[in-house]
Amino acid sequence: MKLDMEAVEEAAKHLYIQALKILPPDIKEGFKRLDATETDPTAKSILATMIQNIEVAEDTTNLLCQDTGIPIYNLEIGSGIDFDGYKLKEAIRKGCERATTEHPLRSSVVHPITRVNEQTSCGIRVPVINIDFTDKDEVFEMEMIPKGSGSENGSYLKMCIPAEGVAGIKSFVVDKVIECGGRVCPPTIVGVGVGGTSDLCTKLAKKAGARALGSTCPDPEGAKLEKELSAAVNMLGIGPQGLGGDSTAFAVHVETAATHITMNPVAVNIMCHSARRARASFTPKGVEIGF
Amino acid sequence: MTEHTIHMPCTEEQIRELKIGDTVILEDWLYGIRDATQIHMFDKGRETKFDLAGHAVIHTAPNVKKVPPSNFCPAGYESVCIGTTTSMRMERFTRPLMEKNGVRMVIGKGGLGEDSRAAFKDLGGVYLAIIGGTAALETTWIERITDVDLEDLNPECLWEFRIKHFGPLLVAMDAHGGSLYDGVKKTAADRRAEALAAMGVTAEGASS
Repeated sequence: MKLDMEAVEEAAKHLYIQALKILPPDIKEGFKRLDATETDPTAKSILATMIQNIEVAEDTTNLLCQDTGIPIYNLEIGSGIDFDGYKLKEAIRKGCERATTEHPLRSSVVHPITRVNEQTSCGIRVPVINIDFTDKDEVFEMEMIPKGSGSENGSYLKMCIPAEGVAGIKSFVVDKVIECGGRVCPPTIVGVGVGGTSDLCTKLAKKAGARALGSTCPDPEGAKLEKELSAAVNMLGIGPQGLGGDSTAFAVHVETAATHITMNPVAVNIMCHSARRARASFTPKGVEIGF
Repeated sequence: MTEHTIHMPCTEEQIRELKIGDTVILEDWLYGIRDATQIHMFDKGRETKFDLAGHAVIHTAPNVKKVPPSNFCPAGYESVCIGTTTSMRMERFTRPLMEKNGVRMVIGKGGLGEDSRAAFKDLGGVYLAIIGGTAALETTWIERITDVDLEDLNPECLWEFRIKHFGPLLVAMDAHGGSLYDGVKKTAADRRAEALAAMGVTAEGASS
């Protein structure tokens, strides 16, 4: 299958806008679950307002949150896909820029030193484009994540040593959730990366935080850890917006990678309650838009 | 837990009546302010044309649409989506905003720190918590953008909004040194050991 770059550009534009306006069904379900179990009255009223906001955004076709985030595109390229890599990246960049100027959206992206905003949501190495390859036949998938800064500022890495063991990983996650408090817009999805190199560990934390609710870590050890951590962080009483309650996180998600004999890295990357994402699947049948 | 409606601008007396846990609905005027706005005002010496005395500022940088100036949109900006950002990054600007510009209310999410708590107490101010990430709803409380200053910082300009029934907002830090965030912070610290123990982590750090 030959990738149609005009369709990629259109999808890159559409996905950015869709992600900002409509939450995926698993996140909406997550809100219902928290609302049903929350016992604190303030927390319950905050959750109700968040649920109301999801409805208002859809009814008024407006953005869920004013933070248009840093645009991230995660690509999964199956076998038998014919494409020019450079043109692919350019098409995504163009689509991202057009979403910003044509909707219009707030460009939240600035030069890191001069702080100049080009008003395009683009800049040096932004949009972030991650490319992975899969064995799926003739499928090209593009996931778009507008990552809000409130939660992205809740990003941490610790190069634990082997002597700190799994206990070091667990304490680090709990301590960072406490440190973040209400700043990261709880209830959150706490993404945790375990293992790898420092950069891979951080990347895994981001991947974990962006995973759909209800999904589990493919590594059974990681799956066990995320279950324990999910229960633990919800014992802390931080609650929605850090104003107290049971609902601190929808879940903790863990992703793992093998690491060095002398290393035990752990990274945390938080996803706020506006856990936005959108997805386009390109197959020989056409383009399907979803979550 | 009293419900208040306050027409802006307000007085120090009105502020001192507010207690943590009360709710407030604001009417008439609101100013949008952000990191870069305050960096330029307080670190780079830029002045604003607005008189912020007795007013409320909200930590925001809105999504706007440029339109030809009209009676409804005199500044040439139409509101698309207006929400609230994390306040803590702007902690060091609370006191100068109050001392220099006379601001009485700061609206944001996630809370502010010790310097702000002291400034609110000394000068008569409050922090009103809004629910972060609910911008679609918040946008319906804003009638229009009436003016803009420090426009080159777009979207981090100083925005003037005309508002209607803006809230309810929760008084999370008051002018008497009270903060709703204290209790939550203490609870989390108290429960930390319990949460770790549930995962087999002891004070010594051993994991079963």
